[in-house]
Amino acid sequence: MSSLALHPGLILMAGAILLLRLRGVARSAVALAVPVAALYLVWLVPDGAVASVRFLEFELTPLAGDKLSRLFATIFSIMAFGGALFALNQKHPLELTAALFYAGAAIGVTLAGDLITVFVFWELMAIGSTLVIWSAGTGPAYRASLRYLMIHMLGGMLLLAGITGHVAETGSIAFQRFAADTPAHWLILAGFLLNAGAPPLSAWLPDAYPEASWSGTVFLSAFTTKTAVYVLLRGFPGTELLVYAGLFMVFYGIVYALLENDMRRILAYSIVNQVGFMVTGVGLGTEMALNGAAAHAFAHIIYKALLLMSAGSVLLMTDKRNCTDLGGLFRSMPVTTWCGIIGALSISAFPLTSGFVSKSMISQAAADGHLLVIWLLLAAASAGVFLHAGIKFPWFVFFQKDSGLRPPDPPHNMRAAMIFFSVLCIGLGVYPDPLYAILPYPVAFTPYTGAHVVTQLQLLLFSGLVFFVLLDVLRRTLTITLDVDWLYRKLGPSLCAGIAGRLARALVAIGRSASSLRSGVLGALHRHHGPQGVLARTWPTGSMALWAVILLLAYLLLYYL
Amino acid sequence: MMQPHWLTRRETIRLLWIVFAVVLAATVIAELFVAHEAHFEIETILGFNAWFGLLACAGLIAFAKLLGVLLKRHERYYEGGDE
Repeated sequence: MSSLALHPGLILMAGAILLLRLRGVARSAVALAVPVAALYLVWLVPDGAVASVRFLEFELTPLAGDKLSRLFATIFSIMAFGGALFALNQKHPLELTAALFYAGAAIGVTLAGDLITVFVFWELMAIGSTLVIWSAGTGPAYRASLRYLMIHMLGGMLLLAGITGHVAETGSIAFQRFAADTPAHWLILAGFLLNAGAPPLSAWLPDAYPEASWSGTVFLSAFTTKTAVYVLLRGFPGTELLVYAGLFMVFYGIVYALLENDMRRILAYSIVNQVGFMVTGVGLGTEMALNGAAAHAFAHIIYKALLLMSAGSVLLMTDKRNCTDLGGLFRSMPVTTWCGIIGALSISAFPLTSGFVSKSMISQAAADGHLLVIWLLLAAASAGVFLHAGIKFPWFVFFQKDSGLRPPDPPHNMRAAMIFFSVLCIGLGVYPDPLYAILPYPVAFTPYTGAHVVTQLQLLLFSGLVFFVLLDVLRRTLTITLDVDWLYRKLGPSLCAGIAGRLARALVAIGRSASSLRSGVLGALHRHHGPQGVLARTWPTGSMALWAVILLLAYLLLYYL
Repeated sequence: MMQPHWLTRRETIRLLWIVFAVVLAATVIAELFVAHEAHFEIETILGFNAWFGLLACAGLIAFAKLLGVLLKRHERYYEGGDE
């Protein structure tokens, strides 16, 4: 039990709550120190189970380690540090607490040795991330967060149902490799895939993330989807379905991002795209592919956070979010521009950046398996990444046209966070050995061969050519693109409204006929028994005696007949 | 009148296009001088990645435009509905 006090995730969550009581320099110091402490503790976690707790009749393992879990816990800690540095001047007091709590819960998932612990931290993550979105404090953010929460509650229920079924069947709560062979395992897989942003419910991600504050989106981009990649790597490596789900995500992200105008929504679609590469890698299932998926998750967290920091800086300094309102910012925001470009080159897997040394392992795994169609699709998608994120984001935000805006670069801590992540992007690209050393399997891959560099440059630069040749076609418009969320944002509500309208009309009609029936009955009663009614009128006594005599005579006559 | 930023001047942009064209050609020519490590037949065609990237991007843009015709709505589309 005492070893639980050194659980990196719990330390981060406790630190996050402590932040609520602190102000000024002390708050900043704790916000930066706690992720560093968590990183240190992650590297003290040995292989195997560290702590165990009894719960019902189960022996939980809330803290356990191996190479895969330490890899993800490491990057989550680094991300928490970089994100906290960037978010120090966020005015909303709740956001940083929620974000670090969320990061701690994500680390909790990666260090969980059993399914119940995974589930608990999984749900804590959903709460933390929802609070991050709430912290934006706007109406659209609040509504988006409720949709986000509903979807993640659904995912949590799927996961819980699957875990319960699995425990009922096997009696084991161990988090190990599953096969997608029973309904329980399908439910677990569905719960995992929902958080990865896989179809059919990818829309929650581009719906919710861009509504968070300028700093909130940076945190959101890192944890939920990459925790999903982690649990897929552990639970479902080599599941063929994941190859197709991943390829769908890759192209979904590109096509929707091409049509998008909001700079942070472009990057949100691009998260789905990048996680698609990882999910495909998990589906391919070879050591090369799994290493590639894990390495790509590591690299992706850094460059995507960097891109969103750059977009967040623009949002903070200009208060504008659409490409149509932006442009020409390179003049007055040189640091933000350069950092944005480095992030964009990394996501595009340009040689000498982190994306190049990680993503190419997934393509290599497809080539090693002689899977031509998958390899071609991955190559087409790599070209598409450069198109939709690599050039589109920096071009429309920082160059394009002179929007007349001349905002300065953001405050020094935000610049420092961006420079820190830029250095990591290039550092990993130039010298990938430290990353390769902590991957789950031994790495037999040399990223820098002449042929690989040349072919990658061809692929990317000719994509760039297409972008500039077809620039007129790509000009942004004041539009959004419908997605599956239309079903629950438009169709569902309008169906409900339709049904409610009909019900209301039916109730009115029923009420009307009831009242006409009532007035009919009352009218008849009134006619017969009212003051002027036939049966209520006064009659002369003589006429009554006459009628009695007539009736008696009639009776007498009938009696004798 | 204020001088435009050097990067946005017409001459600079023309120069950038020339440099870009030279670099594009260089990446294709360089293929002749590096050891090939093709896994598939199709990769051995000269400049495979160049024209494949070009066609893939053109195809993606065409598909996106097509999808846009069906699915694009005004940016305030949802604001009436889910308030």
